[in-house]
Amino acid sequence: MEEKKLFTVASSPHICSPVATRNLMLDVLIALAPALCFAVYFFGPRALLLTAVSVLGCEFFEWGYRKLLHKPAAGGDLSAAVTGVLLAFVCPVTLPYWMVLLGDFFAIVVVKQLFGGLGQNFLNPALAGRAFLMLCYPVAMTTWVLPGVDSWAGIVSAANAVTGATPLGADLMHKGLLPDASLMDMFVGNIGGCVGEISALALLAGGIYLLVRGVIRPYVPVSFLAAVAVLTLIFPKGGNGNFEWMMYNVLGGGLMLGAFFMATDYVTSPVTNKGEIFFGIGCGLLTVFIRYFGGYPEGVSYAILIMNVCVWTLDKVGRPSRYGLTAEAKQAKKEGTKS
Amino acid sequence: MKHSFYGGVHPHDCKAASCQEAIAPLSKPPAQVVIPMAMHLGAPCKPIVQVGDQVTVGQKIGEIAGLGAPIHASVSGKVTAVEPRPYVGGGKVMSVVIENDLQDTFGSELTPHPDYSGLSVDELVNIVKEAGITGMGGAGFPTHVKISSGIGKVDTLIVNAAECEPYITADHRLMLEDGERIIGGLKILMKTFGLTTSVIGVEENKRDAIEHLLALAANEPGIEVLSLRTRYPQGAEKQLIQRVTGREVPPGGLPAHVGCAVFNAGTTAAVYDAVVKGIPVTSRVLTVTGGAIARPKNLLVPFGTSFQQLIDEAGGFKEDPIRVLSGGPMMGIAQYDLSVCTIKGTNSILCLTAKEAAEVVENPACIRCGRCVNVCPMHLTPVYMHLYAEKKQWDEAERLNLMDCIECGSCNYICPARVPLVQSFRTAKFEIRSLAAKRKAAAEAKEAKA
Repeated sequence: MEEKKLFTVASSPHICSPVATRNLMLDVLIALAPALCFAVYFFGPRALLLTAVSVLGCEFFEWGYRKLLHKPAAGGDLSAAVTGVLLAFVCPVTLPYWMVLLGDFFAIVVVKQLFGGLGQNFLNPALAGRAFLMLCYPVAMTTWVLPGVDSWAGIVSAANAVTGATPLGADLMHKGLLPDASLMDMFVGNIGGCVGEISALALLAGGIYLLVRGVIRPYVPVSFLAAVAVLTLIFPKGGNGNFEWMMYNVLGGGLMLGAFFMATDYVTSPVTNKGEIFFGIGCGLLTVFIRYFGGYPEGVSYAILIMNVCVWTLDKVGRPSRYGLTAEAKQAKKEGTKS
Repeated sequence: MKHSFYGGVHPHDCKAASCQEAIAPLSKPPAQVVIPMAMHLGAPCKPIVQVGDQVTVGQKIGEIAGLGAPIHASVSGKVTAVEPRPYVGGGKVMSVVIENDLQDTFGSELTPHPDYSGLSVDELVNIVKEAGITGMGGAGFPTHVKISSGIGKVDTLIVNAAECEPYITADHRLMLEDGERIIGGLKILMKTFGLTTSVIGVEENKRDAIEHLLALAANEPGIEVLSLRTRYPQGAEKQLIQRVTGREVPPGGLPAHVGCAVFNAGTTAAVYDAVVKGIPVTSRVLTVTGGAIARPKNLLVPFGTSFQQLIDEAGGFKEDPIRVLSGGPMMGIAQYDLSVCTIKGTNSILCLTAKEAAEVVENPACIRCGRCVNVCPMHLTPVYMHLYAEKKQWDEAERLNLMDCIECGSCNYICPARVPLVQSFRTAKFEIRSLAAKRKAAAEAKEAKA
């Protein structure tokens, strides 16, 4: 009998969207580029170098871990690169390179890979890495340089840096003192702070890019920013004008970076729309509470980390209502579970 | 009032390759047809012919055995075998093989009723039943059952001409070239249900078809042609009902529960043929297309023609196909053997190249992006359903309403990590069903003991 040609079979659907994980991660990296440009402009080339070291570190640790444990390679999904950029962005530009590498190790190996790799971690790796560094090296992690002062000098060692206060230091927040920077400086990023946090303008541009490209949904960033704005508008501190106080709070610290890039991290945020809104509001409330009453100068990263561990519950609460369930059927079900 | 369903995806429609191709008969009639006795949802028919019998086009060769619709010979000639043959739905199914004598002798028990106004509802339903009409959209639910179970409950009659699956243009061409039959069939269905209004839903990417139907319906009071947003799965029954009426079919329910009955455009045309011309359903329009096909075509094909012949009719392969499907790319069934034959629900033969087909990823890693939740038209949470199904936690998966899944494939299509979600849900559905059956049997055994 003649040999018949047989075809492979598979389960439907047989086509897929052109957008793969790698494309999404690439879009996030593109969206982070403006903030990096502003960082280099204000802090000098060391900002770029620190970011590059962090990216290479993350990719190396991911590759090394999987190689060492004979796991299939991650396949160039760029997720480790995103973690690398984000971790560098929440460190001061003066941080020694080896410290950022230590943070990378904690983020990639301990937080991400030990829990099963991409998609399995329950904490945002970059923020967990930052929290780890804050715990180990609180002084180095809170030594900020003022923009424009440090240029080529600090490329190798950061010893010569002129340090200054961040606009949202603990004292300022607790006493309700406004920083020296004008609102315009705060918006553009002509202020002291972490590498990628300073420019609200650049981060906003990146965030809008992600929204337009459909990489992130608006629920988390909008509810996060709204919660912070509303709370600070209603309860200003130190006799400041409501609106002025709110603007400093919204533009200052890590809020923009957190709202658009950290809280929207796919793995550690809810998947249901309602869950995302609750998540955003929770992040916003905790941010303001930590800023007002907490011991740390900045609340965003801890607020997000705390909300990260609530994701499973938020998705249960936010589950969409069942299709085709009429009002009467819902009522009957409610009574059924009560009795 | 404008309603729309939640979610959905928008794949490239790829219909341009064949939407200009007029419906053509086969250049060479099939020398032999293989007619499976399972062309519909329900129980397979019982063959009522024997090897050696001479049959005519339209002669009944399979009788209903349970839920189903009778099956008729699609060519005239001699029955050469009654045996299990490979089947588009997978596996082998009892089939009647007829050698074509090329005479096209027609012979049917049906009588034409050019004026059907005197027929009673029961007579009309009986004609539809005897003509062997089933849903031509793919699922193949027996049409006479749909009608008789819906009479009295249905207040909205909908013709599904959305054709939301990419690539397929069979209904599109049918509307353009045979719109009169669709409208004619619809008028018969309206009379059967005792309704004075009805809606034809067409996706707006078929503008010429919408205009043609609008012109035809201009003199027909009560028939509305509705232009629908091009969004998959617009043509899924529940989603179409939601779009047209705003009503949601309850879980486990039928369209009749919300007063709706939905008929595919091809089904409607078949009703017209059966009642007015007295012709049972023995052929259909289908699209042979895909990147691997040399000359994509819309063909009028007698049931039982082999896939191989239809692919040859469309110029054969210009590139090696990686997958040959019966149906569209979102819900179609992959075939391994081209000797399988067309059935009533085969609306397309789609031959995808490696470039067109979805990549298969080893060890896909879900990144929890939530796109699957956002596109699910049934308000489900595929990411969590898959999590439970992967770990064989069937009860937990069922609690997330996994059984509501319509397997439209939207979540699977949009997944950036390429997780095989639909496959996982099919397995889970099977397991949940057999678990329920097992528990029921155990409970009954316990009761019998007590």
